[in-house]
Amino acid sequence: MSVELNAKNPAGSLSDKWENYKADVKLVNPNNKRKFKVIVVGTGLAGASAAATLAELGYQVDAFTFHDSPRRAHSIAAQGGINAAKNYQGDGDSVHRLFYDTIKGGDFRARESNVHRLAEVSVNIIDQMVAQGVPFAREYGGLLDNRSFGGAQVSRTFYARGQTGQQLLLGAYQQLARQIGLGGVRLFNRTELVDVVTIEGRAAGIVVRDLMTGEITSHSAHAVVLATGGYGNVFFLSTNAMACNVTAAWRAHRKGAYFANPCYTQIHPTCIPQSDEFQSKLTLMSESLRNDGRVWVPKNPDEARPVDQIPEEDRDYYLERLYPSYGNLAPRDISSRAAKRAVDRGQGVGPLKNGVYLDFSDAINRLGKSVVEERYGNLFDMYERIAGENPYDVPMRIYPASHYTMGGLWVDYELMTTIPGLYAAGEANFSDHGANRLGASALMQGLADGYFVLPYTIGNYLAPMLNKPIPGTDHPEFKAAESAARERFTGYLNVKGTRSPDWFHREVGKIIWDYCGMERTQQGLEKALSELPALYDEFKKDLRVTGDGESLNQTLEKAGRVDDFFQLGMLMCRDALDRNESCGGHFRAEYQTDEGEALRDDDNFCHVAAWEWTGDPMSAKRNVEELNYETVHLATRSYK
Amino acid sequence: MAQVLHGRGPVTATANKSRKKRPFLLDLYSTAVGKKYAMAITGIGLMGFVLFHMIGNLKMYFGAADLDHYAEFLKKLLYPLAPKGAVLWILRGGLIAMAFIHIHAAVSLTRLNRTARPVRYQSERDYQVANFASRSMRWTGVTVFLFLVWHLLDLTFGVTNTVGADGEFIRANVYDNVVRSLDRWPVAAFYILANIALGIHLFHGAWSLFQSMGWNNPRFNKWRQAFATGFATVVVVGNVSFPIAVLAGVVGG
Amino acid sequence: MSNHLKDITLKIWRQSGPNDGGHFETYKVDEISDEASFLEMLDYLNERLINEGNEAIVFDHDCREGICGTCSLMINGQAHGPERATATCQLHMRKFKSGDSITIEPWRAKAFPIVKDLMVDRSAFDRIIESGGFITSPTGGAPDANLIPIPKPVADAAMDSAECIGCGACVAACPNGAANLFTSAKIAHLNLLPQGQAERYKRVEAMVETMDEYFGSCTNHGECEAACPKEISIDVIALANADYRKAKVKNRKQLARN
Repeated sequence: MSVELNAKNPAGSLSDKWENYKADVKLVNPNNKRKFKVIVVGTGLAGASAAATLAELGYQVDAFTFHDSPRRAHSIAAQGGINAAKNYQGDGDSVHRLFYDTIKGGDFRARESNVHRLAEVSVNIIDQMVAQGVPFAREYGGLLDNRSFGGAQVSRTFYARGQTGQQLLLGAYQQLARQIGLGGVRLFNRTELVDVVTIEGRAAGIVVRDLMTGEITSHSAHAVVLATGGYGNVFFLSTNAMACNVTAAWRAHRKGAYFANPCYTQIHPTCIPQSDEFQSKLTLMSESLRNDGRVWVPKNPDEARPVDQIPEEDRDYYLERLYPSYGNLAPRDISSRAAKRAVDRGQGVGPLKNGVYLDFSDAINRLGKSVVEERYGNLFDMYERIAGENPYDVPMRIYPASHYTMGGLWVDYELMTTIPGLYAAGEANFSDHGANRLGASALMQGLADGYFVLPYTIGNYLAPMLNKPIPGTDHPEFKAAESAARERFTGYLNVKGTRSPDWFHREVGKIIWDYCGMERTQQGLEKALSELPALYDEFKKDLRVTGDGESLNQTLEKAGRVDDFFQLGMLMCRDALDRNESCGGHFRAEYQTDEGEALRDDDNFCHVAAWEWTGDPMSAKRNVEELNYETVHLATRSYK
Repeated sequence: MAQVLHGRGPVTATANKSRKKRPFLLDLYSTAVGKKYAMAITGIGLMGFVLFHMIGNLKMYFGAADLDHYAEFLKKLLYPLAPKGAVLWILRGGLIAMAFIHIHAAVSLTRLNRTARPVRYQSERDYQVANFASRSMRWTGVTVFLFLVWHLLDLTFGVTNTVGADGEFIRANVYDNVVRSLDRWPVAAFYILANIALGIHLFHGAWSLFQSMGWNNPRFNKWRQAFATGFATVVVVGNVSFPIAVLAGVVGG
Repeated sequence: MSNHLKDITLKIWRQSGPNDGGHFETYKVDEISDEASFLEMLDYLNERLINEGNEAIVFDHDCREGICGTCSLMINGQAHGPERATATCQLHMRKFKSGDSITIEPWRAKAFPIVKDLMVDRSAFDRIIESGGFITSPTGGAPDANLIPIPKPVADAAMDSAECIGCGACVAACPNGAANLFTSAKIAHLNLLPQGQAERYKRVEAMVETMDEYFGSCTNHGECEAACPKEISIDVIALANADYRKAKVKNRKQLARN
């Protein structure tokens, strides 16, 4: 029997919920705030903004990052922009429209109340970031410029060149740095969470490993916030940074936090394809390139002529052929799958036949090289640096890659997980994007959670705890967690097998990518679920970690992360197998329309699957949160 | 080569340090940027000196009387408003002070920079834009300083003026002293070498001072290096012409 | 298209900890694809070291897209290696040729102590930002974003300096171990914007003086600009120098009023 999860949606109509919540929320007196300690793990957009704001309010904050500096968090790599319902362009944008676009983009699998709140506070985010000195792009008149992005018919995306994530993260980082300087935040850098500790059903603190000394220590607090990002690196090759991992979320899951919708992962269609077997990560090329580039593959899988000698009639412009109205601008999931099918048919291009062409020769002929250069010059340079080919002369080669994970820790309206006192923010939670995230919405969600949601909702939890003692780090639960963590890491060192953690990571990634990637089938998922546990057993028996546990050891760090990816991978496949429908990033080949579109099953699957740890990911328990749409009507997404 | 990491543990309240209260100028001078201002400002003063010194010395091309008269004129600056030689001594005092500050700042900055990288790179560096001038400032500076000492001993105090040459050092007979000195080819060679060092020093210094003072305007920035090159060239060409002229017999012949 | 480089000799700095002396060790890479990035070549070497039972070489890296600023490395005497405007993670092996000998050293500065092998601790940069590299703007009190128009050239200039990724190449490349480019880039970013004016002089004073505690001094070599993966101009240093001078005078005036 599954448990009905309570999202704690506030009363009132959708647009009043957040106001009603704020009006009723319990407050902590300013002078009492310093009596509370909050741990924030992760210093990306959500973590840094939450830590800074909580410290501004007066809470004692301990912030943890495994990087050398908070500014390295992977939020920094976001390129495109950040959405906000400012309606500065006067093109009919509104909070409701942003809300609706986000729900629809998420293929009607997100919680209405959370998404509406996100749309409401999006407006404040832009104000806040501009006040902090984020140099957003501007018009000559000095006002903020906007661009339009996929899934929206209005221009609501604010951007700072191709480095919006960087500028926003640096803004949040600077606010965090200010609080560190003032003493409001204590920063623990190069310190990785290795366990979450719960005492009497509440989050009591965390156990961390000092990456520089290997020392394992405990930290107790009144509340713990996990802002530790997504798990896209389960695929091994993804656009995520090398260190991105699921460990914090997964350790929380093992301590009782439900993990929601792990199978919702987003595959971005325009990345530079893998070039050799050493490849460590994939690089995203902005989606905007598809405005002027034409996607094609040779009709003949055995095409041997150089690209410029393949005549028009032997080229398959498959997006234009299959989706005549949207053409090369077909949505992310559709064009990703189309590319995969072309490559699977053997029509792939490049030395490894693993990409499709994105050809600018028409655009260069039509607009002239200088116009193309003006629009995409920096992207072309980046492509040339990585791929070693000049895209003005030779078509770019692109292929889809794992990019973002919509799934994550289940949270209620207050962003609290199923463990009281444990919060999840940003990509680490599942709440706002449903089954598919729209471009320029990840930055918005991270900052919304950190700046404008958590600072309110945490007070509601803390207020009744005033002057009640919390367990210290000498509590047996902390000691037990510490020794379990120590054992775990000595365990990796003591296997003394023959394969490196990277080898296993690559193998897990291959299985997940093949069977739980862009297109999933029951058969494939079952295969993955039989291969993964076997490989996991091998991991436990044949892992080799060199070096020691007393100094910085990147191999050892990696081993712990791969261990957790194994377990998450199994849960992903189980979630994908149990969700007998296609929606957003989750595409089950069995459930598609005649035209190859995702076919949702609203009668049976209009819910969140929240998995409960039972000791083994293979036997995790599936709980559901029904999604009740009060305002929007469920509709089929159509791109014809 | 051992070094100590910044303490582990949490980082907090880093911005609460208060700086020692010092008189304004000393406070300014206590920072590296402040010392660079000092170097730039004293550098400007010293540049003014070398330029006018060179221009004044051009009078030797008009003959002994002109040059000696010029020396006398310098002593009589503002006379009779100020006593004879007073203004010249004030100027000299200023020059000495500027040279002292310039050197003091250079020495302290060099020491600071040495401690900023206690362990050098163990492999060869491949510099991209740092040029010979910028990287040899302290050696050209030292060369110019040593030359200055010699120059004063030679032509101001006359200590070395008559070594290896005939005649008597009479301070007011500037023209004779110069000719006597530069007629000795090792002296002339040293003179030329030192002036080339000065030129190299100016080539970087006269550009660098704009950066240090923050005199920066995208419209004029491209002129900064041109100014430095021009200034260094004028000073070096002027100065180097004297020993050549003496050796060639154009002056004093 | 893909070619293979053969017989690469790597001289890599190994140092077991901050207090160890350290030394160069020579490794041979018999064959590597020219499509591999420089760091992937090190990954490949590390995988081999692990297979041989040896400890992997520690080096800092993360996003591998040239934006997070985590990667470092002095490659053949150049910070971030031979390609201009490129961080080590975006440097590819096709920039080298078969038979090359490549020397890799960690960045060296007193403020960047070596953690292990090629990894250094750049926390001193965080201290500079903590001292003043921000605009005080507590959450919630911000006015409408379009309230203050900012001329496009000003916003663009601020963005040029805001692109700094904090990698530390400027310090590594500077013959004096100075951090003026890093510090000044942040000063220029915030001091150019109208939002940054209230704290302009306090900021520059605090940041420059914090920088002074850790780093060497700028003598205008220009090496930092050449090494910067974001090509930040040394003009920002001039701007910061001018503001520091004004700050010392203005702050004194303000203090006198109290």
